[in-house]
Amino acid sequence: MTSYDLDAVVIGGGLHGLSAALHIAREGRKVVVLERACVGRHASGASAAGVRTLGRAPQELALSLEAKHMWHAIGGLVGDDCGFHAHGQIRVAETEAEVAQLEQRLALTQSLGYRHEELIDRAELRRLVPALSHHCLAALLVRDDGAADPHRTLLAFRRSVQQVGAEIREGQGVDAIERQGDRWAVRAGAARYVAPFVVNAAGAWAGRIAVMVGDDIPIGTKASMMIVTERVGHVISPVLGAVGRLFSFKQTDKGTLLIGGGRQGTFDLDRESGTVNLLELAIAARTACELFPAVGDIRIARVWAGLEAKTSDLVPVIGPSPRAAGVIHVFGFSGHGFQLVPVTGAVVADFVVRGRTDRPVGALTAERLMAHRAAA
Amino acid sequence: MSAAVRARALGLDVAVVDEQAAPGGQVWRGVERSTALGRSEALGPDYAAGARLAAAFRASGAKYLGDTRVWQVEPGFRVYTCHQNLVEILAAKTLVIATGAIERSAPFPGWTLPGVLTVGAAQILLKGCGQIPDVPIWIAGSGPLVLLYANQLLDVGGRVAGILSTAPPVNRRVALRHLGPALACWEDLLKGVRWVSRLRTSGVPVVRGVSEIEALGDSRVEAIRFRTLAGGERTVPTGMLLLHEGIVPDIQISLALGCRHEWDEAQQCFVPTVDEWGQTSIAGAFVAGDGGGIGGVRAACAGGEVAALGCAYTLGRLSLTAARQSADRLRRARARALAIRPFLDALYRPRRQVALPADEIVVCRCEEVTAGEIRAAARAGAGDPNQVKAFTRCGMGPCLGRICGITASSIIADAAGRLMTETGLFRVRPPLRPITLAQLASIEEREVAA
Repeated sequence: MTSYDLDAVVIGGGLHGLSAALHIAREGRKVVVLERACVGRHASGASAAGVRTLGRAPQELALSLEAKHMWHAIGGLVGDDCGFHAHGQIRVAETEAEVAQLEQRLALTQSLGYRHEELIDRAELRRLVPALSHHCLAALLVRDDGAADPHRTLLAFRRSVQQVGAEIREGQGVDAIERQGDRWAVRAGAARYVAPFVVNAAGAWAGRIAVMVGDDIPIGTKASMMIVTERVGHVISPVLGAVGRLFSFKQTDKGTLLIGGGRQGTFDLDRESGTVNLLELAIAARTACELFPAVGDIRIARVWAGLEAKTSDLVPVIGPSPRAAGVIHVFGFSGHGFQLVPVTGAVVADFVVRGRTDRPVGALTAERLMAHRAAA
Repeated sequence: MSAAVRARALGLDVAVVDEQAAPGGQVWRGVERSTALGRSEALGPDYAAGARLAAAFRASGAKYLGDTRVWQVEPGFRVYTCHQNLVEILAAKTLVIATGAIERSAPFPGWTLPGVLTVGAAQILLKGCGQIPDVPIWIAGSGPLVLLYANQLLDVGGRVAGILSTAPPVNRRVALRHLGPALACWEDLLKGVRWVSRLRTSGVPVVRGVSEIEALGDSRVEAIRFRTLAGGERTVPTGMLLLHEGIVPDIQISLALGCRHEWDEAQQCFVPTVDEWGQTSIAGAFVAGDGGGIGGVRAACAGGEVAALGCAYTLGRLSLTAARQSADRLRRARARALAIRPFLDALYRPRRQVALPADEIVVCRCEEVTAGEIRAAARAGAGDPNQVKAFTRCGMGPCLGRICGITASSIIADAAGRLMTETGLFRVRPPLRPITLAQLASIEEREVAA
């Protein structure tokens, strides 16, 4: 068995794992990324790549705003703009009751001292999204949110990690993690990676990795489905969601329409596969046709389901294990992790390099979920 | 048709979903119409056999859903169809996949120019609407279809400027080793000999051992440049170039279902792994015909009937003994029909260039991705086709990698130093055929067949 001595082992070659490795390696630490399949195989490669602070839960909002600043300078971090465009994110209300919900939301963020969200009326909404059905009444908008290209982002992070000298090992599934003095020995096939720090960024399988270090963290699984169409002429610039529906709608740089919003397919964690539920996905297609009356005859190119972890309160776990010293958990993004990618790696590096972080992740501990289990 | 006729005879409730508007598949395309017009005799005795089968199929009581595309199949089985604008889901306990073959993609410089077609496409135009190219055509490639189409075209008054045979000369020596068993199919061999001699007597030049074909032209093909066996370079002017490098099984449905597949070295294609009934690794899903490996029409008909027997046995409508008894004769017929295959596979084995085009050649024409970009992505990453797709967008266009899939996998396997079976293909994502957002929006569950 070959053994490698490192400062940190990152488990999971998705975007959060790559970001963690990048930030750790930039601090001069020796780090390896172990990926069971290939980089970006699941949630990262299946992402709609929304860069959204709009509507985020208060527990992760401050972190998300820091991430937004990083997105606006993403080229400085990974040497590529990742296809990021700040065309805005919009959440539309179709009924008076939904308008009231938007007003409440705005009041909440303003009471917390944030000013990035704005409520726009019908006229402004129509100006920003002329293709939208006229029954929509108002919307909440963040003008400097936007979206990126998930594959370009993966390539950029992957290349940056490699350039800074960290190794990405694909096809390296973790079989066991054992305590060895004050370090951890991560066994993957015929290799053993020994380091004081282990980063659990294993996405849908993060619960299983947590168990290997003795943490029982209850998490669920999401298999969010997406539709991408053929390339068409300009339909919309911002990313659009709706208050009353599981729906997101955007147009990529290539001109394809990307329709998601969290309609769920089915999954099999052992076979590492997600399967589309077409009857359920038909609802997303119906919503698209209702909100954008002109898109019905556009042909669908592909549909898919991407697997990731979901927590009971729908915000991620970002922080050290309460029991297993040196283990840092980064998972459970519950369908909206993409935007946080640049900052989560910085948080992980804080813990690895300085043993603590000043970033606002106090509400994202693993303990909060483990306490739930103890209480139940 | 063979599977449906036999399944109906065994008392099964059968629906046949067909992308074409009338029964016949590729080989017997338009066979009912041709027969009604009195043209089938001219098309030969094989075509008359198709007319008989089509008549038996129409009389069988199987529900025929023509002009209907299958855009997804799920285990269990649920078959998602689209007819005009109507989307329906069919439920069935057993499934026979009889999707046949598609032409092997063989990218070369200039293959995307207007005026460059595949022989298969030209043959569809000929059979479907009697279209004859108005200029003398050049045909480049190898395989029985090249000879068949050239003969058919001459029959209807078309002009063949010449044939560039791309089969490597070594093929003939290797094929000779398989000639003994192939003699059992002497009628097929004779047919081939007649095709060749007809071309000779018609004065059609055949250039052997051609490689490095290039279609030249600005807005459409104007000339073809190629390297001759002797090593010299030749250029011939042409208004139309047809290309064909053999056919490969259409395995989109068996891939979508998650059936196990393996690389067939002799035929240079992926085939679903099947048992003696044509059943795939997913119980109840059978494959009949060229979709399970290229075997030709007679093997397909026998295999279809065997698959029907397998369905009946699976459904408890036939004892194993009775199924085996009936299958015995069919399997012998199928084996006889397949006896010529090792000979043909060797004779028409595609040259290396077909699977491994040079760096500058566009492999994925939907997204305009070159062989070089695929090679670079394979070397940079894990050598997984799906990762290469994510890196390069190869296979992300409207054809969903149906066309470029094998070529991309060959390049990746070669670059990463892996076997084809290990490398596999792009993951198949629905829809298998394009449907619109409105069509997806309209789906509702309705059980049509059992």
